[in-house]
Amino acid sequence: MPRTSRYARDVAVVAFAQSDHLRRTDELSEVEMVMPVLHEVLAATGLKAGEIGFTCSGSSDYLAGRAFSFTMTLDGVGAWPPISESHVEMDGAWALYEAWVKIQTGEADTALVYSYGKSSPGSVRDVLTRQLDPYYLAPLWPDSVALAALQARALIDAGETDEAALAGVAARSRAAAEGNPHAQLRGAVPQGEYQVAPLRTGDCPPIGDGAAAVVLAAGDTARRLCERPAWITGIDHRIEAHGLGLRDLTDSPSTRLAAERAGLFEAPVDTAELHAPFSSQEVVLRKALGLGPGDGDGVAVNPSGGALAANPVMAAGLIRIGEAAARIHRGASDRAVAHATSGPCLQQNLVAVLEGDRA
Amino acid sequence: MTAASPPQVLRAPLVVEFPFTRSLGPVQSAFLTGLRERVVLGVRTGDGRVMVPPVEYDPVTAEEIRELVEVAPAGTVTTWAWNGDPRPQQPLATPFAWVLVRLDGADTAILHALDAPGPDAVRTGMRVRIRWAADRTGAITDIACFEPEARGAREPDARPAAPHDGAFADPVTGIVAEARLDYTYSPGRAQSAYINALAERRTVGERCPSCHKVYVPPRGACPTCGVATTDRVEVGPAGTVTTYCVVNIKARNAMSDGIEVPYVYAHIALDGADLALHGRIGGIPYDQVRMGLRVEPVWTDGGRYPDHYRPTGEPDADYDAYKELI
Ligand SMILES: [Zn+2]
Repeated sequence: MPRTSRYARDVAVVAFAQSDHLRRTDELSEVEMVMPVLHEVLAATGLKAGEIGFTCSGSSDYLAGRAFSFTMTLDGVGAWPPISESHVEMDGAWALYEAWVKIQTGEADTALVYSYGKSSPGSVRDVLTRQLDPYYLAPLWPDSVALAALQARALIDAGETDEAALAGVAARSRAAAEGNPHAQLRGAVPQGEYQVAPLRTGDCPPIGDGAAAVVLAAGDTARRLCERPAWITGIDHRIEAHGLGLRDLTDSPSTRLAAERAGLFEAPVDTAELHAPFSSQEVVLRKALGLGPGDGDGVAVNPSGGALAANPVMAAGLIRIGEAAARIHRGASDRAVAHATSGPCLQQNLVAVLEGDRA
Repeated sequence: MTAASPPQVLRAPLVVEFPFTRSLGPVQSAFLTGLRERVVLGVRTGDGRVMVPPVEYDPVTAEEIRELVEVAPAGTVTTWAWNGDPRPQQPLATPFAWVLVRLDGADTAILHALDAPGPDAVRTGMRVRIRWAADRTGAITDIACFEPEARGAREPDARPAAPHDGAFADPVTGIVAEARLDYTYSPGRAQSAYINALAERRTVGERCPSCHKVYVPPRGACPTCGVATTDRVEVGPAGTVTTYCVVNIKARNAMSDGIEVPYVYAHIALDGADLALHGRIGGIPYDQVRMGLRVEPVWTDGGRYPDHYRPTGEPDADYDAYKELI
């Protein structure tokens, strides 16, 4: 049994799979990229596509450059005869939240959650400007690196980090990714030139294509499908004010609030998978989640390498939940926190606390 | 073509443009009209804070806020980032700083560009002033950028923001939010093969290894079984009309210009295919087209896909032969 239970039903991540994350995948359509991941995650549970109670995906038409792009990847889940299905135009972590709610309502016992993004066809820095406020921000085309750089400068001015410390975050992430065969950037990567100062190439995530999937299951079904389910003992997501100039960019009160509501602060964690595409954002998230500034405090932060090692847009947040769950599945973690973000400068944040059964 | 792309995979430019027309509420209308008139307006929240740019609802309490105030066109940089390589649609073509600026009289900051000679000329806390665009239409780009305030310029204005009724002649009530995104589209392996075969006036589909259905055009996956379709199958060229409609309204686009209405648009199951594709039926009066009609593709010179389908003259197909494909 999960240690704590704040919800009507106990729900766990019972399987996780991800693609290799690559700079470009021209030879694969999106469904061809997603399908092997779906097959892998279903094979891990022994479930057939038709046995899944609910399917939910996350992706973005703006990345694909085409309307209703998610309908193409539905071919990969065997959508005929009709299945119970939904989609969010957001990172797959939010698709997981919707699936978790569906299971909480009792309408499903299992859910397949997947997400994917191909950044290679367009310029992801420009594409992401289209998610900004259309009146005051989007006409200026401030790209994702520029906005993260404003946040990084604010942190440096506040004395919370400096360029050397940010380089340290980047180096630690890529070193950790040495053990992650799916990562796009592994090992020593030069910090490089300024992209938008104070952020250098090394402070920014790689641009790439990739996909991920998890299977959620409730109660006894979870125990049947997985030897050591990763129980979601808390999950919550919160949002900051829209205007960047209304916010204190050195902090993330929405992450802190989501973590409180998810019960993070009730007991220590041993693993944290943080969705911080920019090195500076890890500084903000560590503070919001009370993780301390660096190694040596007993919490493995982004042992997968995190988004600095692979950042398939729309899937990178779901991958954080999947990586945290996978550590619980294999006994490397007992209590983990996973975080996902969406929007500029950590605008929207989701926090999930995952726990394994204790011996 | 990159080394990672097998030569048979197609790539082509894809441009997506969408001019969204957006209406403005009273607060945004006053702010953007004000910019046109070189007046910067903010809005005062219930607890007395002044937000510039203004929002219609308090982000903390969600209370509707409408009390407009005028603030100074100069202020203080709260954070900045040096953009050494401006992207095409950004405010300045030469290297510049992105800045958040708290205008005098405001409690929040506005994002814009700062024209400065280099990063050494920029610091948090520096004084900056709006440079107005020559042509102003009521948009955030009416602020061309910020520029450093001249040495010896007055210190931050301690006066509170002044009340303003937000009334202007000929107020701006909407904006057109232009967007253009450039992509290089690749249809992937399965659809590349389909398009390449069409260039040779052949139609290829892919068979599902599980249910053995042949999909045309192929998308690389069987939507029923959720598995990859990899077994390539040539289908057609002839096929059967499974269902159709009569089009009575002429479409206004280049592809339809030479086509007189009424005409028939049909679902056509090519021989050997388990999915019908779309096509126009020609060579027969529109009111003589029927389910079961046998048709074949007609190619025009240089055409990259069949221009239309015409009757083969064969007897009609039995309903049972195509009823599963309707
Ligand atoms: Zn099949």
